[in-house]
Amino acid sequence: MKRMGVSAVFVAILRRDLRSALRSGSEWANPLLFFAIVCTLFPLGIGPDARQLALLAPGILWVVALLASMMATDSLFRSDYDDGTLEQMLLSPMPMYPLVLAKILAHWLTSGLPLCLMSPLLAVILQMPMSGVPVLVVSLLIGSAILSFIGAIGAALTVGLRKGGLLLSLIVLPLYIPVLIFGSAAVKSAIDGVVYLPTLALLGALFMLAVALAPLAVAGALRISVDQ
Amino acid sequence: MATALEIRHLYSERDERVLFADLSINLRPGEILQLAGPNGSGKTSLLRILAGLSSRYEGDIDWCGQPLRHQWVDYRQRMLYFSHGSGIKPQLTAVENLRWSCAMRGQAVTDGEIYAALDRVGLGGFGQQACYTLSAGQQRRVNLARLFCIDACFWLLDEPFTAIDLAGVAEIEHWIAEFAEGGGMVMLTTHHPLAIDRPVIRVDLGGGIS
Amino acid sequence: MANWAWFHKWGSPRWFYQFSGRLLPWLAVPGLLLFIGGCVWGLLFVPPDFKQGNSFRIIYVHVPAAAVAMGAYMFMATAAAVHLIWRMKLAAMVMKVVAPIGASLTFLSLVTGAVWGKPTWGTWWVWDARITSVLILFFLYLGIIALHQAFENREAAAKACAVLAIVGAVNIPIIYWSVEWWYSLHQPASIKFIGESTIHPTMLRPLMATLSGMYLLFGWLVLLYTRAEIIDRERNTRWLQDMLLTDRPADSAERGA
Repeated sequence: MKRMGVSAVFVAILRRDLRSALRSGSEWANPLLFFAIVCTLFPLGIGPDARQLALLAPGILWVVALLASMMATDSLFRSDYDDGTLEQMLLSPMPMYPLVLAKILAHWLTSGLPLCLMSPLLAVILQMPMSGVPVLVVSLLIGSAILSFIGAIGAALTVGLRKGGLLLSLIVLPLYIPVLIFGSAAVKSAIDGVVYLPTLALLGALFMLAVALAPLAVAGALRISVDQ
Repeated sequence: MATALEIRHLYSERDERVLFADLSINLRPGEILQLAGPNGSGKTSLLRILAGLSSRYEGDIDWCGQPLRHQWVDYRQRMLYFSHGSGIKPQLTAVENLRWSCAMRGQAVTDGEIYAALDRVGLGGFGQQACYTLSAGQQRRVNLARLFCIDACFWLLDEPFTAIDLAGVAEIEHWIAEFAEGGGMVMLTTHHPLAIDRPVIRVDLGGGIS
Repeated sequence: MANWAWFHKWGSPRWFYQFSGRLLPWLAVPGLLLFIGGCVWGLLFVPPDFKQGNSFRIIYVHVPAAAVAMGAYMFMATAAAVHLIWRMKLAAMVMKVVAPIGASLTFLSLVTGAVWGKPTWGTWWVWDARITSVLILFFLYLGIIALHQAFENREAAAKACAVLAIVGAVNIPIIYWSVEWWYSLHQPASIKFIGESTIHPTMLRPLMATLSGMYLLFGWLVLLYTRAEIIDRERNTRWLQDMLLTDRPADSAERGA
C-alpha cells in the first residue's frame, strides 16, 4: 500500500470540496445573491441621494459582505456532519491542522472569493467613488478570508445543534468586529486620499493570526461537536 | 495469538443513566464480536468510544498491549469505523467518494483498486455515476466498498445490514468471515442473527456477557 | 505528584463544597461592608465635582461593575482552559456560573454609563470607545450563555463554551484595541472627556472601597452559584445526600449568617 503525504491529502480535500460545491451550485451562488439583494435594499431604505450613498457605501458593502460570509459559513461542516464524512475526517491518522485548513480554504474559494469579485459591481450601484474600488476588493480578499477562519470556529461549535443558524451569528459576529473596523476604514481612507496601506497591513496581521490559531480551535470544536 | 484490543472495566453513562459498567472485552486477531442489546443500551456509544469519537468513558482501553491514547496514529491507520451515516457525498461519483475516503487515511489508491472494490459490492458499472442517482441500498453499498479499498485490520461496523437486501446480508456475512479468516478483527452491532461459520463472541449490553 | 495534591483537592466538588461553605461569610460580610460603605461615603461625604456636580457619583457603581465584568471574562477563560486541559469538572461549573454574573455586571455598567451620560454629554448613548468595548463584551457573554443553553448534553456544552471563551479571550485585546483605533479615527478633536488621571484622591478612596467590595461580592456570588451547580449535578451522589440530610441545622445556620 502506498502512503500519501500531508500535502496530497490537503489537495484531496480541497478538490473534493470544490467539486461538490460547484456541482450543487447553491453553495457558491446563494451568498452572492444575498450580497446583491441586501445591497439593493439600502438605497431603498435610505433614499437615492447619490452623495449620501457614496458616504455610506464602504460601510454598507463591508457589513453586507460580512453577513453574507457568515450565512455561508453555517454550511461549512453541516453536510459533512449529516452524512458522516466529518467522522471519517476526524478519524484520519493525519494531523488535523492541514485537513481543517483545506476545508476552510475550499470554503473561502467558493464563498469569500466570489463576494470579493462581485463587490466592484455593487460599489458602482451604491455610487462609491472609483478611487476606493481597488482597496475595497483587496480589503475584502484579506478580510473575507479572516471571516472564514473565525466563522469556521463558530460553525464547528454549532454543527451538532439542530438550531445552529441564528446561534452561529450570535457567537461569531462580535468576533468579526476588528475585521469590519479595519476593512471599512481602509476603503474610507482610500476614498479620502489618505494612506491606507497600514490599515491593510493590520488586516494582514489579523489574517496571519487567524491562519495560525483558528484551525486548532476548529479541530477541537469539531471533536466536541461529534462527541455529544 | 496475542490480544490486540483489550477493554478493562469500561464505564460510560449518558444523561445520568449508566450505559455499561465494568465492561471488559478481549479481542484477538481473527475474532468476530457481536454487540447485542435493546435500543439505547449503548451499542453505538461503545463503538464510538472505540473509534475514538467519544471520550465519555472511564476505564482502560489497550491496543496491542499499550494504552490506546498513546498510539492514536497507529490505531487510526488500522481501524475502520463504519457508522450509521451514509458516509458519501451525493454530488460526487462513487469513485470520487472512495478516493476521498482513502485519502483521509493517507492511503493512495489506484483506479483499478477502487473499481475492484466496487465490483465486489456489485456496483462495477456505477463508478462514474453521481451517487444521488443511486438507490438507498446502492449508496449503502458504495459506503461498504470502503471495506475493500481501505487497508485495515480492525472493522468497527455499526448496523452494517441496514437498507441491504437479503442476498446482500449473506454477502456481507461472507465478507466478515473472510476478513476474520485472514486475521482481521470485527466488532459489529446488529439485531440480525448472524449466520457466519466461525465462532462469534456475543456481548449483550442489556446484561452480562454470554 | 505531591505538589499537585491541592489541585486535585480543588477539583473535587465534595471538597470544594465543604470548603467554600466556610469561605462564604468571609467574602460576603467584608464585601457588603466595603461596597455599601464605599457607596455611602461616595454619595454623601465626597464634595461634588466642580464640572459635573453630583452626577459623577455614579462612578462608585459604574467603574467597579465595568472592571469586575472585564476581569470576570478573563477569570472565566482561565477556568475554561483549566477545564479543557485537565478535564476538571469543577472548572466547567465555575465557567458556567461566571457567564451570567459577568453579563449582569456588564449590563449594570452599561445602564449606569447611560444614566451618567445623560447629564454629562446630554445623551443616553455615545459611541465612545470604552462604551462600545463594554457593549461588545456584553455580546460575548450572551453568546456564551446562548451556546451553553443550545446544547442538550452538559459535558459537550461545557467543552464548547470553553473553546468559545478561550477564542473570545484571545480576541478581546484585539477587539478593544481595534475599537480604540476606530474611535481615534473618527473622534472630533473638540470633544474631550475627563481622563481617569484627573480624579481627585478624595473621590478615589471610596471608589477603591466599592471596587474591592465588588470583587469580594463577585467571589461570593461565584461560590454561591457554584455550590448550587454542585448540588444540581451531584444530587445522585452519596456524599451530598448524606450531607444535606444530616447537616440540615448547620446548613440553615449558614444561610442565616
